[in-house]
Amino acid sequence: MAETPLQDTQPQAGSPETPSVVEVLVDAAKTNIQKVQEYSKLSFRSLANLATSPRYMQDTLAQMDDIGVGSLPIVLLSGFFIGAVMVLQTGAQFERFGQSSLTGDVVAIALVRELGPSITGLLVAGRCASGIASELGSMLVTEQVDAMRAMGTDPSRKLVSPRVLATLITLPLLTTISVFVGLVGGMVASVFSLRLDATAFWERAIAVLQFSDVMQGLSKSVVFGFILATVGCYQGLNVRGGTQGVGRATTQAVVVSSVLIIVADTFLTKIALFFADKVF
Amino acid sequence: MMESPSRFALTPEKSREAVIQFSDVRIGFAEGEILRGVSFSAQPKETLVLLGETGSGKTLTLKIAAGLLRPDSGTVDVLGERVSQMSERELLALRRKAGFVFQEGALFDSLTVGENVAYRLHEDHVNEEEIEPRVREVLEFVELGHTQKLLPSELSGGMRRRVSIARAVVNRPPIVFYDSPTAGLDPITSQTIITLILRLRDVYGVTALLATQRLQDGFALANFHFDSATRRVRRDTKPEKPSAAVTRFLVLRDGRIYFEGSPEELLAANDPYLQRFLI
Repeated sequence: MAETPLQDTQPQAGSPETPSVVEVLVDAAKTNIQKVQEYSKLSFRSLANLATSPRYMQDTLAQMDDIGVGSLPIVLLSGFFIGAVMVLQTGAQFERFGQSSLTGDVVAIALVRELGPSITGLLVAGRCASGIASELGSMLVTEQVDAMRAMGTDPSRKLVSPRVLATLITLPLLTTISVFVGLVGGMVASVFSLRLDATAFWERAIAVLQFSDVMQGLSKSVVFGFILATVGCYQGLNVRGGTQGVGRATTQAVVVSSVLIIVADTFLTKIALFFADKVF
Repeated sequence: MMESPSRFALTPEKSREAVIQFSDVRIGFAEGEILRGVSFSAQPKETLVLLGETGSGKTLTLKIAAGLLRPDSGTVDVLGERVSQMSERELLALRRKAGFVFQEGALFDSLTVGENVAYRLHEDHVNEEEIEPRVREVLEFVELGHTQKLLPSELSGGMRRRVSIARAVVNRPPIVFYDSPTAGLDPITSQTIITLILRLRDVYGVTALLATQRLQDGFALANFHFDSATRRVRRDTKPEKPSAAVTRFLVLRDGRIYFEGSPEELLAANDPYLQRFLI
């Protein structure tokens, strides 16, 4: 028997030992695989729910307003200035070879294929994935999600599917607006900085675009929308540790969705280029 | 009107069956097993008062009964359905027949009081014309008719708890689970909440499972009844209670039922642990 409380803290025979590095790594791998599995299930259910009733159309419209209309100012502002800065950066290079007129071509392709969807995706992820995670996380820690379940409502139908559907619809629209405003920004910069003709810039920008470019941009924005909505919902509905956990989930939602968007972008570009050659 | 003869009343055939039946229920988490073989049953119109220290598993028991948590082993039957083996989809349908009052109310903070109460009716696709009067009626029942347009953040803790009760009973379920409905409230507000629970029991015959740390809540439910004629709460003086409502106590300790019996048996128990609740 221990005679003092301090003696009682000595390791006892048969007490659990410190886990080895391998055990720690295996546990971490198991935990992460489980998270991927849960995320995949939630993502699948969010889409499968749309096929059967009840569907929460009012909630979907409210989310479209919040995600779509709410994100419009930052998308407009950033889109305009990204288009303008693209012209300033590329115009100077083209001028050296006397090919300033090609600026419109480059800006259009870059915006439609790449910068429009990815910058819009990242901006909306920063604004909405965090918002979704914090809202759902707060609902979880205050037992509102349990209250919903207790009243016979499936939270994945009521909370997840409307957010996913709203993002799937609004992100391509936001991307389209962003690209258009970006071209306007590029046109303004080319007129005032490179002394190009506005009509010529616009005509070249439109003429260089092909159907496959537009499809590439729009399909990317749909995937990015799905990623940011599902990651936000997953992080929010898996909050652990009260309000501190909500903060952590919010940060995680932005970080994970942003990284996934960038990684997915690489693969989607490769797939889109493959299909552009074979199909279009 | 709310206080018409009971729509909650169960049929005579059903009334012989237990409304809630726990059989050797166990559940544990990373920190260890919390419930270690809990068995009990509740008859129709009965009020079971779950007493126990913090962390003894009272809330877990309620959540398992409502199908919000699945036990590791054992069986749970509610309204004749095997809750412990139902899929989430089946549970959603069953939960519409039960009300749940959460400890902190768990009101939807972005919805007004009226919208919170109406939520369940919208989910049940009740006619829009019917929803407004029913919401008003149930809010009047909890004496909060004037708060319909307010947000939950604009209410006091006791008022939020009463709205939570209104939300739980708006579709007139035969069972209501109360998770520490008076926790953290002043004695007067607690009395108001207990009076509401009494009214639901005596006017509508609601079967209740009530988790609490306050013994006086249980004794108030056992010793008083709500008189619909005079609309007042009265002490039961006769041996045969007019309300015919039965209140029993269950004391949880170390994950097991430590005591099960009537208020009189609890008072007469010469057990040091139970005596601590009576002080």
